[in-house]
Amino acid sequence: MDLNILWFILLTILFSGFFFLEGFDYGVGMLLPFVAKTDQERRAVINTIGPVWDGNEVWMIVAGGAMFAAFPHMYATLFSGFYVALIFMLIGLIVRGVSFEFRSKRENPRWRKTWDWTIFFGSLIPALLWGVAITNLMRGVAIEGDMNYYGGLLPLLNPYALFGGLTFLGLFIIHGASFLAIKLEGDVHTRVKSLSGKLWIAAIVLAVAFLVWSYLATDILNNPGWDGLIPAILAAVSLLAYGWFLRRGREGLTFLSGGLVIILATVMVFSGLFPRLLISTLDPSNSLTIYNAASGPYTLKVITIVTAIFLPFVLLYQGWTYWIFRKRISPDTPDLHY
Amino acid sequence: MDPVILSRWQFAITTIFHFFFVPVTLGLALFVAILETKYVTSGDELYKKMVKFWSKIFLINFAVGVVTGIVQEFHFGLNWSGYARFMGDIFGAPLAIEGLMAFFMESTFIGVWIFGWDKLSKGAHAAVAWLVAIGSNLSSLWILTANSFMQNPVGYAIRDGRAEMTDFWALLGNPNVWHQFPHVTAAGIAIGGFLVLAFSAWHLLQNKAESKEFFKRSLRWAAVYGLIGALLVGLIGHAQGQFLARSQPLKVAAMEGHWESETPASFSVIAVIDQKNQRNTFDVKIPKALSFLLFNNFKTGFPGLVDLQEAERDKYGPGDYIPPVTLSYWSSRTMIGIGLLMILVSGLAAWWSWRDKIMDRRWFLKILIPAGLLPTIASIAGWLVAETGRWPWIVHGLQRIEDAVSPSITPGNIVFSLTTFLVLYTVLGTVGVALMLKYGKSEPVIAEGKGE
Repeated sequence: MDLNILWFILLTILFSGFFFLEGFDYGVGMLLPFVAKTDQERRAVINTIGPVWDGNEVWMIVAGGAMFAAFPHMYATLFSGFYVALIFMLIGLIVRGVSFEFRSKRENPRWRKTWDWTIFFGSLIPALLWGVAITNLMRGVAIEGDMNYYGGLLPLLNPYALFGGLTFLGLFIIHGASFLAIKLEGDVHTRVKSLSGKLWIAAIVLAVAFLVWSYLATDILNNPGWDGLIPAILAAVSLLAYGWFLRRGREGLTFLSGGLVIILATVMVFSGLFPRLLISTLDPSNSLTIYNAASGPYTLKVITIVTAIFLPFVLLYQGWTYWIFRKRISPDTPDLHY
Repeated sequence: MDPVILSRWQFAITTIFHFFFVPVTLGLALFVAILETKYVTSGDELYKKMVKFWSKIFLINFAVGVVTGIVQEFHFGLNWSGYARFMGDIFGAPLAIEGLMAFFMESTFIGVWIFGWDKLSKGAHAAVAWLVAIGSNLSSLWILTANSFMQNPVGYAIRDGRAEMTDFWALLGNPNVWHQFPHVTAAGIAIGGFLVLAFSAWHLLQNKAESKEFFKRSLRWAAVYGLIGALLVGLIGHAQGQFLARSQPLKVAAMEGHWESETPASFSVIAVIDQKNQRNTFDVKIPKALSFLLFNNFKTGFPGLVDLQEAERDKYGPGDYIPPVTLSYWSSRTMIGIGLLMILVSGLAAWWSWRDKIMDRRWFLKILIPAGLLPTIASIAGWLVAETGRWPWIVHGLQRIEDAVSPSITPGNIVFSLTTFLVLYTVLGTVGVALMLKYGKSEPVIAEGKGE
């Protein structure tokens, strides 16, 4: 296996980690206005992700940085090509990040309500747009011979991509709901649980329709390189397991199944792309692949060594933080930080 | 409208805004870690209260620094895809390493630190504060490694029209890194120190009996801390100037408004610059002083902008190679002037605190309040010198700014994003600063009981 393939796999891992961890953060942010009634409940909901959201977001930063380092042409084409969509995403991420810190800094109910909604939209917009972006990767965009995409925003907002965005949104929401179920206590916990069943049904409908549409509109599920079909089937099974565990009140396993759905969906997308990174709809030879878009072998070697040293540490200490903050949060807790 | 100019404005505005907050994070993270260590070793509860109080400002600032940093991470792809393609091998690696080694550490442990007061032992909690401080300062090491290549390319080869890394250790060992990184770290220390000085002085002027000891002690620590930062930033800055005289003489000549080659070279104290006609219409000079500043003797000559421009034209072909001289000249004078003033102010603050005379000098406390912004202004001026002095290169000698911009974005796109960032950052900055003022002016909890 050459380093280009290794970095393709590492990129898959980084994006899986990002969607798994930020997925429930986004989900929690989107559920916030609907599951929490009182201010104290809202604070409890925000504090479930309080100690971890910033560390989780670094997975996105590192996924972006790794893309820049290993496949600079992919980074260049994707971020300049999807410019306007990305600006919207950045607005969402910026607003959301400060909202957590700013919200509880004043007592004024209107102040707090404002930040509740910025958390909601700041979670919804990036979640939706990541879905739209990934779906466009699956379908391909009009990349020219100079590796650039000149089409602008509108072709990216095609019905298939928007539907993909909704599907991602659905998966992130049920992931967030199951995270809240293992982290909360009291009335707000009951409300989350009663909402979860309905959300799960909606997610199933979206996911099945999305898979069918993907089969018709892309070659992701029957890619001659690596096959996206197997992870797709496993993702579907995990999604069924989510509902199964949900009915039986197995909160931990529900959360893990939901996480598995997201990881397997990410694996499905990437293995369906392999060895391509960005598909050109104009001419297959314009597509960016793990070879024509990559850095030189020396750089790949350097970042491989650095990653081999530091990624295990990251996993260890991030795992440790989840262990420290494993206790459930009750809306009755007097001094919440956020 | 020209996408290059619009993209440059956008990058400059978002970066400068980001950099209002980042050095505060660098400096205050370290300051808070030191105070918490003192708390653990001395057992004195007042230090814990100091940590809690100053960390509120730190965390509000931290939040703004983090979110505006996300934009920077993606900017090289958004507006500068030509640069990303050309430099991905070299620029992407330190950025990825920054994320893996520093951002993960900083962002994960900041969560543990904020939420972990009653979940960790005292010692472990203080250790986490150090991990945050080390993580944030490590991130500046890697981003400056990337930036240093743009100033002084090393350890690379050009293959198929792209710069490829050939020697990672040369990249990290770039002498530019080891001037710039300590310079930025020391600047962060000064910025953090002066901010605490300003708020402490404000509180001491309110004459509140119960918090007097709290802020006197805060002021003493901040004065020593700020003085160390101010002294280091000056000393390192001086060494950096001498290094730049060799690696980027055009940048230094522009900083000094030095048009004609001179042996020995004189130092311009104040000048009116006429860039169009390549001369200073008014100039007060000290003979031989520039030779001394740059080479430690009164003999060595230094080339002027006119000759340097000729040399660059011979080397790289026709073009304008002279950076914006007025901006460089006045930014460098602002930076250096404020730097000297910072040593004076923090020196006096340290001396009078040490002799317990600070309360008798209310006029000085009043000066300390606006002085809180001095190092921030100097730091922004420093970056203006560093980055505009690269003109016309995005990567010195290798890629011109106009070749770096994304070909696929339209002026309309950039007008949209630039307007959006301007509005968003204005709101964000206003709210962030208002909250920092609110918490900085609030009373610390001094009485026994919960320290929140």
